[in-house]
Amino acid sequence: MRRLLAGALLLALGLSWGLAAAQQRHISLEQVRSGLSYAGGDVRALQADEFANPAQLWLQRGEQRWSEPVGRAGKSCMDCHGAVKDSMRRVAARLPALDRQSGQLFILEDRIRQCRQRHQQGPELAFESDDLLSLSLYVSQASAGVPLQPAADGPALPHVLAGERLFMQRRGQLNLACTHCHDQNFGRRFYTDPLSQGQPNGYPVYRLEWQKVGSLERRLRSCFVGVRAEPLPWGSTQMRQLALYLGWRGQGLPVEVPAVRK
Amino acid sequence: MSQARLQLPPQVAHGQVVRARLLIEHPMDTGYLQDLAGKPVPRNVIADLTCEYGGRQVFRVEPSSGISGNPFFEFFFRAGETGELRVSWVDERGAKGELRQLLRVQPPSSRPPA
Repeated sequence: MRRLLAGALLLALGLSWGLAAAQQRHISLEQVRSGLSYAGGDVRALQADEFANPAQLWLQRGEQRWSEPVGRAGKSCMDCHGAVKDSMRRVAARLPALDRQSGQLFILEDRIRQCRQRHQQGPELAFESDDLLSLSLYVSQASAGVPLQPAADGPALPHVLAGERLFMQRRGQLNLACTHCHDQNFGRRFYTDPLSQGQPNGYPVYRLEWQKVGSLERRLRSCFVGVRAEPLPWGSTQMRQLALYLGWRGQGLPVEVPAVRK
Repeated sequence: MSQARLQLPPQVAHGQVVRARLLIEHPMDTGYLQDLAGKPVPRNVIADLTCEYGGRQVFRVEPSSGISGNPFFEFFFRAGETGELRVSWVDERGAKGELRQLLRVQPPSSRPPA
C-alpha cells in the first residue's frame, strides 16, 4: 500500500514536473555506452584506423562539397559558415531540434537540405544520397567528442514524449518494442549478435552490412524491418521524434564520427 | 565521382621497401542485392586495378565480387627514385578512376657513408 502511494505521488510529481520526473531513465546516465563497446575487435580496429576507416571516403567528399559553390545563389557552405571546425562545433550534439521558422523537428540532414534549397537555391539533396550523407558526416565530425545534449525541455518536450511512446510501443509480426532489446537486454546476444543499447552517437555511420555510410533514419528503419513492422515513411516527424528521444536517452555520450558498425 | 585515398610514408630512403595502403570508393555490387527501393542492383565490380611507379607496374589486381565494397588494399614495393605513383582502375561498366601521388625518396648519396 505504501509503495502504491509512493508510486502515485511520484506519478503526480512527474506529471507536474514534466520531463524531469515523468520520464524515468531505463538506462542511467552512468550506464550509457556507445555501440562501439558491443562491436568486435575487427570493427573497432577499422574505426580507429584513420586511413582505412571507409567513412573517410565520405568525409573527403564532404570536405569537397562544403567548399563548392552550388545553385543559383552561387554560394558554397563555406561562403556563409566558414570552416566546419569553428562554425559547426557542437551542432551535431544539439540535434534533433525544433526549427524556429517552421516549427518542425529537424535532424541535421533536414537542416542541410533546407540550406541547400533556401540559401544556395540549388538542386534538392535526396535523403540517403552520397552528397547529403557526406555533408552531414563532415559537419558531424566537427562535434566529435562533444557530449550529446539535445534540448529536451520546453517546446521540444512533447516530441521527446512522443519519441518515448514510439520506443516503448510493440510493433511488427514479432510484436517487439525498441525497449525490449535495447533497454532490457543490451549486452546479451540475439543469436550471435551482441545487442547494443541503440545509442545514436555515431551517426551517420559506415555500416559493413550496407557497405556505405547511412543515416540514423536508415538504421532505425532496418530495426523496423527486423521486427517485421512496416517502416514509417522517409522523412516522417515520428522518426525525428524517435531520434530526439534517443538523443535524450544517450545524453552525455560523445559524438563518435566517423564510426564503423557491423 | 568516386573518392580514393592512397597512403605512403612521407619520406623513404632509396632501396627501402615501402608499404602503400589504398582505399577506393566503389560499391562492388555483386548482383545479388537490392537498393533501398527494393530494386535489384546489377553486378558491377572493379574489373582491373593497377599501380605504376617509375614506369613499372608494382601492383595489379582483378577484384571479383568476393571483395567488399570500398575495397582496401595494402601492398609493398621497393623505392627507386622520387616519382609519382599512378593508381588506375576500371569497373565492369567501363567507369574509370585514377589517383596520383608523389613518393619522395631520399637519394642514396645523402646517406652518411658507411
